[in-house]
Amino acid sequence: MYESPYRRPLITGDDTTYKKISDDIIIPVEAKPTQWWYMGFAISLAFLALYVWAIGYLLWNGVGSWGLNKTVDWGWDITNFVWWVGIGHAGTLISAVLLLFRQKWRTAVNRSAEAMTIFAVVCAGVYPLLHAGRPWVIYWALPLPNTYGNLWANFNSPLLWDVFAISTYLTVSVVFWYVGLLPDLASVRDRAEGMKKKIYGILSFGWNGSAKAWSRFEVISLILAGLATPLVLSVHTIVSMDFATSVIPGWHTTIFPPYFVAGAVFSGFAMVLTLLIVARKAMNLENYITLNHIDVMCKIIMVTGSIVGSAYITEFFIAWYSAVEYERYAFVNRMFGEYWWSYWAMMTCNVITPQLFWSQKLRRNITAVFIISIFVNIGMWFERFVIIVTSLHRDYLPSSWAMYSPTWVEISMYMGSMGLFFTLFFLFAKYVPVIAVAEVKSIMKTSAEKYMKITMEKEKAEESAQHSHESHHA
Amino acid sequence: MSQKFVLGYFDDEETLMHAIEKINATGTKIYEVYSPFPIHGIDDLLGYKRTRLSVAAFIFGCIGFSLALFMQTFMLGLDKWRINIGGKPYLAWPDFVPVTFEGTVLITALGMVFTFMWVNEFFPGAVEKQPHPRVTEDLFVVAIKSEDAEGSDVQSIMSSNGALEVKEEEVLL
Repeated sequence: MYESPYRRPLITGDDTTYKKISDDIIIPVEAKPTQWWYMGFAISLAFLALYVWAIGYLLWNGVGSWGLNKTVDWGWDITNFVWWVGIGHAGTLISAVLLLFRQKWRTAVNRSAEAMTIFAVVCAGVYPLLHAGRPWVIYWALPLPNTYGNLWANFNSPLLWDVFAISTYLTVSVVFWYVGLLPDLASVRDRAEGMKKKIYGILSFGWNGSAKAWSRFEVISLILAGLATPLVLSVHTIVSMDFATSVIPGWHTTIFPPYFVAGAVFSGFAMVLTLLIVARKAMNLENYITLNHIDVMCKIIMVTGSIVGSAYITEFFIAWYSAVEYERYAFVNRMFGEYWWSYWAMMTCNVITPQLFWSQKLRRNITAVFIISIFVNIGMWFERFVIIVTSLHRDYLPSSWAMYSPTWVEISMYMGSMGLFFTLFFLFAKYVPVIAVAEVKSIMKTSAEKYMKITMEKEKAEESAQHSHESHHA
Repeated sequence: MSQKFVLGYFDDEETLMHAIEKINATGTKIYEVYSPFPIHGIDDLLGYKRTRLSVAAFIFGCIGFSLALFMQTFMLGLDKWRINIGGKPYLAWPDFVPVTFEGTVLITALGMVFTFMWVNEFFPGAVEKQPHPRVTEDLFVVAIKSEDAEGSDVQSIMSSNGALEVKEEEVLL
């Protein structure tokens, strides 16, 4: 397919070849991990241990060991659940939505973003599981035949929709990711020897790179992308309905689904940037995840950040315009109530910082992007906290008004879930090619710096030949 | 079962496509082409029909949709011990939209992946039927059954059209 050579290249370097792409991306899988990897992995494992300890303590002592009370009965658990699910959304957006839009820059980041999705959804899923109180009977949430004369689950409840949405999302993300992995696992297999060859041989399902397989691969990628696109929108829509279908002031708004989805993409891209800025440096992938990739992702953050910002303002306007006393109070209370600091943290991180990306200089400054991406992560966490806690802590009955602060169990579980996430990510970076090798190869001729130069020279030569031809005739 | 094949090795997809056109002109049937990444337009050159995977997707989608919708209708509206929620309608159709949608997506995605594995004969531990391990790296291979190549000059066509190497070999494809 023709691509203008004047576009920014997606693969930099003057010596790009198919072989070099394989080498650059697969060598980290073959080589012994660096000291940095061991150090990072050890720290992640320490946090994972904290996670296991905190969950063990929670299971032994019950949900009472959290700081929740009868007024604020959703706290850090649901905050973290919504935050993690949101982070997952960027992966699907990159791998599915951008595939449908035929965006070529997607090829360098889709694999790791999709892995991030899976790990984030795993981290998210643990929270409602434990929030339910008795995770060992969580199968009650599934429509299974039972001894109570078949007393079925209530399909009118958004909480049950969530069970279906999250589990479908996890399943579809995993299969989509794994199908995409087959050619690259085969590539690792064909370069390896001995035991490694055997293991990657089993994992690559006998992939052989035949034209038939590729043709089916392309169609199934398209179909799965077509399925994942509405799916990812539905997931955070349904998560937002957990709030929006209730009658709590501050939750009961129709703007929630689009607002949550935009927020999810916003926070997800921030996390992708946080991870990839480190990964591209640590794994020497700067030729594949270039400044141009970072630039476009910053633009997406800016757009979704602006959507989120306008949603905040719309919410406020509607609270006032509705003339509902309780609704108005809920929003004024967010701004100036006891939890004012969380509200202003959210506003600063989510509304102001992404606007800095209007500047191209900042979008192409790695340190600045890294810092802003962390700000966005923090801001989106506060958004979930603000929505949940400030709405709940002042309920209809002033005698029930309460404050909420997390106990060490909640804090450890949150830090621990980061441990789980990063442990999985470190394993992924070690054992799987972090960039879709085959997909990057397929854009080499059109989007690698080296080949774009050749095309440009060819075009220039043709143009000047035409000019001299014309002048000759004149 | 291993069979004898004429294998032409290439290092670039453009030369490969050009050589395939030349082979097609002789009327020789190409068994299969192997490449490290999908090549656009190769399906037409090899005369492959559009895969029917999308038809399968539609069928799986219909199955998922019906199953999910029937499940909810049965459990909330038809079963003996349906739940009376404040006297509201048993069958509140708008409430069934999310789970019906998720069910459709789930069954379609899983069904499609299994179909994909099935038609390609992919499964954990399957032996890869490829002519050379480097086809997953930077090698493009045209495979023609020896019996089909007999009597034609495909070997010389490939070598004069940019093939790195052409040889006859017994391989499992």
